Amino acid sequence: MTAVSKNGTAPPEDPLARGLGAFSFALGVPQILAPGRMNRMIGVKDDASSRRWMRVVGIREIAAGVGIFSERRPKEWVWARVAGDTMDLALLGSALRGKTEQPARTLAATGAVIGAFAADLLDGLKLSREPGGDGSQDEPLEVHGAITVRRHPDEVYAFGHDIERFPSFMAHLEEVRITGGGRSQWTVRGPLGMNVSWDVEITEDVPGERISWRSVEGSKVDGSGTVKFIPAPAGQGTEVHLELRYDVPGGGVAAMMAKLFGEHPEMQLKDDLRRFKQIMETGEVVRSDGSPEGQLNRRMLKQRPAHPLTEDELAGVGSGATS
Amino acid sequence: MRANVWSGRNKVQVENVPDPKILNSRDAIVKITSTAICGSDLHLYDGYIPTMRKGDILGHEFMGEVVETGREVSNLKVGDRVVVPFPIACGACNACERELFSLCENSNPNALMAEKMFGDATAGIFGYSHLTGGFAGGQAEYARVPFADVGPIKIEGDFADEQVLFLSDIFPTGWMGAEMCDIKRGDIIAVWGCGSVGQFAIASAYLLGAERVIAIDRFDYRLRMAREKGGAEIINYEQTDVREALREMTGGRGPDACIDAVGMEAHHHHPAMYAYDRVKQAARLETERGYALREAIYNCRNGGIISMIGVYGGFMDKFPIGAVMNRGLTIKTGQCHVQRYLRPLLDRVENGDIDPSFVVTHKLALDDAPTGYETFKNKRDECVKVVLKP
Repeated sequence: MTAVSKNGTAPPEDPLARGLGAFSFALGVPQILAPGRMNRMIGVKDDASSRRWMRVVGIREIAAGVGIFSERRPKEWVWARVAGDTMDLALLGSALRGKTEQPARTLAATGAVIGAFAADLLDGLKLSREPGGDGSQDEPLEVHGAITVRRHPDEVYAFGHDIERFPSFMAHLEEVRITGGGRSQWTVRGPLGMNVSWDVEITEDVPGERISWRSVEGSKVDGSGTVKFIPAPAGQGTEVHLELRYDVPGGGVAAMMAKLFGEHPEMQLKDDLRRFKQIMETGEVVRSDGSPEGQLNRRMLKQRPAHPLTEDELAGVGSGATS
Repeated sequence: MRANVWSGRNKVQVENVPDPKILNSRDAIVKITSTAICGSDLHLYDGYIPTMRKGDILGHEFMGEVVETGREVSNLKVGDRVVVPFPIACGACNACERELFSLCENSNPNALMAEKMFGDATAGIFGYSHLTGGFAGGQAEYARVPFADVGPIKIEGDFADEQVLFLSDIFPTGWMGAEMCDIKRGDIIAVWGCGSVGQFAIASAYLLGAERVIAIDRFDYRLRMAREKGGAEIINYEQTDVREALREMTGGRGPDACIDAVGMEAHHHHPAMYAYDRVKQAARLETERGYALREAIYNCRNGGIISMIGVYGGFMDKFPIGAVMNRGLTIKTGQCHVQRYLRPLLDRVENGDIDPSFVVTHKLALDDAPTGYETFKNKRDECVKVVLKP
C-alpha cells in the first residue's frame, strides 16, 4: 500500500536555525567525549546508566546539528530538537525525583533546557509558517494512495458506489446521507463532539472504473476526490487508487483538517484503504485488544495493553461486526 | 481469568484480567488446556522486541477446547479440541491465497506500525508485541481466536496435548526451516541451535531425505537430545572449532544448506567477539547479535542455501553480504506459514513418523509461569521446553 502527500519545498535561510545547529554541536561533543564531567556539571549522580543516557543525548545533539546544517529543509530538524528537549526535560525530571546529588545544579540545567525548548519551539513555528512548510500554504493539499483488493472490479466498484456505507471504513465519517439529485450530505464528528456537515455531489461515475466527487460550492469543506478501480495483474483482484484534494481559502489546510478530523489526511487515507480492504475481503474491520476499534492511526500512539477489554471498554468501542 | 502478562524487562506475572469476548464474527473463544513458552518469548522477556506494553498477555503456542463461536464460524462447534496456529490469517487476501499466512494482509490492525518498522506489514500474531497487532496471547485460561474459520485445526485422534500442541509453532517452524533447504539426495544439513525449533528442524531434515544432519550448540544436554532423539552428529562450539569440524565432516565442501534456528540473541565462544554485539545491542545501536547467522553464511557450501527461522527484530551490523553474493548463496526465511503445514504434519503425527512430545522437559502450572521463564532463559535444570497447564 502506498500513500503520499504533496507539498511545496523551499530551503529557508534562518539565522536562528543556524545558531541552534551550532549549539547542538557545542553540547553534543562533550556529552559524548566526557559524559561523566557533564553529569557532574548538571548535578546528576554519575554512574553507568546516567553516562549512557548522556551519550545518547550527545549523539542526538550531533545528529540534530548535522541535520540543521546539511538539510535543505532545516525545519524538520528544528522540530526534532523540540522533541529532544522534551526528552531531556523528562530525563531531568526523573533525575530531580531521585538521581540528583546537587538539586540546584540539576534545576539550573532544567532551566537551561526550558530556555532552549522555547527557542526551538519559536523557530520551529516560524519555519513552519514560512512558505513551503506543511500546514500553511494556500495551495490545495493532495493525498493519494493505493491498495489491492482480491475481489473483481465490478464488486469493488459496487461497494465503492454505495456511499452511505462509507462510514463503515472511513473511521472519521459519522454519516453519509443521500439527499437526492446526485447529492449527499457528509458528516464528521468534529472537536468537542460538534458535528460538521457538508454537501457533496458526484461529478463522474463510470461503472466498474471510477467515481469522482466534490463538495458543493459554498460548503464548509472545499474538497474533491476520485477513486479508480483497475484490474490487478494475474487475477489478483482490483487496484483501488484513491485521490483526495482539499482547499481552504486563507491557508492552513492541513491544520484545519487535523483540527476537524484529529489527524493528517494522509494518515486517514491509509486507515481508510486498509479498512476498506478488510471489509471487502473478510467482511468486517479486524479488531485486537490493543486496537479494539480496528486499524486507526491515532490508536498507534495509545495502544491498550493486549489483554481482554472490560465490559465498559467493550461498550465504548461497540461490539460485533462494524459493517 | 488468570493470565501471564509482560510487566517489563525480565518480568512476567500471573494476574487476573477480564475474560475474552467475541469481537469479530469470525472469532472463537478457546478454553486453554496446554500452552508453551517459546524461545521467541524470551526475546520479549529480555526486552529486545519493541512495542511491548505492560499488561500484554504473552504466549502464541496453545491449544484447548472451543467454548464459544462467532456467528460466521461454521466449521467449529463448542467442545471441539483444537490447536491454534500462532500467525493470525484471514484466508481471503492475496498473501493467504499464496499460502503466505504469516504475511496475511488483513489480520494486523497495527499494520501502519509494522509498515514504519519493516517497510510493510506482517500478519497479526498472538501475544507478540503491538507491532504484530496487539493481540492477547495464550498463556492464559482462555483466548480469543480471530479467523477461527481459517486457523485452528481440530484434533480427533487420541493424543496427549504434548503430542499435538507444537503444531501451533515449533514443529511447523522447524519443518519449514528444513523444507526451505530444498533437500536433494546426499545433502548434508547443518543446524545452528538445538532448542526445540532446532530439534524439529533436525527431525524434519531427516524426514525430508537429508543424508546427514549436523547440530551445533554449546549446551551438552541439548546436543545429547539432538543426537539421541534426532540422530544428528554434533558440534559443541565452545569446545570445537566449528569451521574446521564442518569442513572435516563434509569432505571440505561445507554443508549443502545451513539452518539458523538461533536468531537475534546468539552467543559467541570468544568473549571479545561476544562483547562487540552485546554492547552495541545494549546501547540500542543494533538489535541483533548475529553470530549464528554469520557463521552459517561463512560455512555454507558454495551455491548453498541459508534457511533462517530464528527470529530477528531489526538491524544487524557486520552482515557478510560479500560472502552471500560472491559465493552465490540463497537466503530463505520468514515467520512460519503454520496454516500451510497443520494438516500434513498432523498426518505425520498420526502415522507415527514423529512424536513431538520428545522436546518437553518441564510441565508447570500456569501460575508458575515466572519460574518457567527464568528456568528456560537460564537453561537451568536441562530445560528445553516448558509447557504450562492453566
